[in-house]
Amino acid sequence: MDKTDELNELRRIIGLHKRWDFLFMITGIIALMIAILTFIALFAQMLIDGMPRLSWDFFTSFPSRRPESAGILSAWVGTTLVMLVTAATAVPLGVGAGVYLEEYAPKNIFTEILEINVTNLAGVPSIIYGLLALGLFVYQLGLGQSILSAGLALALLILPVVIVATREAIRSIPVAIREGAYALGATKWQTVYDHLLPYSSAGILTGIIIGLARAIGETAPIITIGALTFIAFLPPSPITEGFPYISFEWLTAPFTVMPIQMFNWVSRPEEAFQLNAAAAGLVLVVMTLTMNGLAIYLRYRMRKNIKW
Amino acid sequence: MQTGAELNQYKSHVKALNFYYGAFHALKNIDMALHANKITALIGPSGCGKSTFLRCFNRMHDLYPGNRYDGEIILHPDHVNILSHKVDPIEVRMRISMVFQKPNPFPKSIYENVAYGLRVRGIRQRAVLDEKVENALRNSALWDEVKDRMNDLAFNLSGGQQQRLCIARALATDPEILLFDEPTSALDPIATASIEELIADLKDKVTILIVTHNMQQAARVSDFTAYMYLGELIEFDETDTIFIKPKHKQTEDYITGRFG
Repeated sequence: MDKTDELNELRRIIGLHKRWDFLFMITGIIALMIAILTFIALFAQMLIDGMPRLSWDFFTSFPSRRPESAGILSAWVGTTLVMLVTAATAVPLGVGAGVYLEEYAPKNIFTEILEINVTNLAGVPSIIYGLLALGLFVYQLGLGQSILSAGLALALLILPVVIVATREAIRSIPVAIREGAYALGATKWQTVYDHLLPYSSAGILTGIIIGLARAIGETAPIITIGALTFIAFLPPSPITEGFPYISFEWLTAPFTVMPIQMFNWVSRPEEAFQLNAAAAGLVLVVMTLTMNGLAIYLRYRMRKNIKW
Repeated sequence: MQTGAELNQYKSHVKALNFYYGAFHALKNIDMALHANKITALIGPSGCGKSTFLRCFNRMHDLYPGNRYDGEIILHPDHVNILSHKVDPIEVRMRISMVFQKPNPFPKSIYENVAYGLRVRGIRQRAVLDEKVENALRNSALWDEVKDRMNDLAFNLSGGQQQRLCIARALATDPEILLFDEPTSALDPIATASIEELIADLKDKVTILIVTHNMQQAARVSDFTAYMYLGELIEFDETDTIFIKPKHKQTEDYITGRFG
């Protein structure tokens, strides 16, 4: 066999092997398309159905028996307030727990079990959190079927997400940076507060936003604790006219949230309510996508100054 | 009984130091004296324990579980055993600074990097901080290069500049001993030369202990050299003696490149 034959044989074998590259690429593209096209189809359907219903009135009206005058005022206000409670609870608890596990906790069998359980908590079905909240917050602690109970239930739900994100963000800081801080005589708290938290804030923030984006669409735990499906009034305003100008009465108010409003409309027989549901769904998806977009942007912005 | 003059001659005495990573006996019965305002180099093949030894001086091993010290490192002039459980490692680290193998500036401004050690000590007045930061940067031969860009991120400096910034950070707090852990191993030859020059200049101000894998570097910069092998201190003497007339065959073999 001379050199040309040898090379031709080699090229034939390479071509044969490359077929697998091609095959895998096609499979990959198909898999990706199925995922993306499904979402695009759903979103487009919602857009076509819901878009005509979207107007200023839709955001400023309470739900109604007449579909054309029904709106999502109580739902988006409820969702916003519940998210406020969720964030205010889950962020300090989750970040605190993450920092403790990563920086303070002694490495022993007890913390190891704790760590495995935290990760497992992320996989617990959300309705279980609803049941827990119903038993603990609504009845035991007597918080009632309120914004506070719902916010706390969702906070429990996203706590593992925030804890895991915090730990991973802190762990991605190079050992040399931590040692650099300790070598200058910093205490653990100084190292955490001056270095680890600021340098991992992008990752922590991403985790918080992704957690909140998950919480905003949760329906099961909120239904379990007994949110109302039809509500034609707003919770008391947090800002009051007289001293002390701030009120926490809204925390104990009954409420509804976006996904429950949608669920309520979808279960009506009239066609016009289906369109309302699509419009509300559109608002909810845009809210979630905006939050995810914000997370991506923040990560990009904060990582720009940090290279390691 | 040691006389006063003799005591001033030494910054530290290491007495029967043993160190264990869990069950692994990493440092074996080390006795050594650290001469004040001199540069002492630790040399030896990889894994001989020279970095482990260095990190005993600022109790860096306390950060990780399962490590154990045995023996004493006496720090003069107050003769405190810095390995004692009664001594807070944070206090030790405030007296003994360290420069690491790879430049590790914080992702903060140049100014904040140098000022951090001072802030940890509770210094808040801007004038005091400014003065000490400037002094440290002058002493680490970086001032002229950075004086107009103090608020720039430290990451924008070159590798050699970053390492000098780390030296300034360690110097800002007027440490009694400065530890260097292979400070030039991540740098190019030109940056290495400038760091070596800087280290030689610093010994008037501070006692220096430097780990190096580069024997020429030890010969160039140090006054005393310790040769370590498998966790033991094989030979310790003036650098000239170690490099010209070592007492041990093993030291000679290592220095002449026959193994290592």
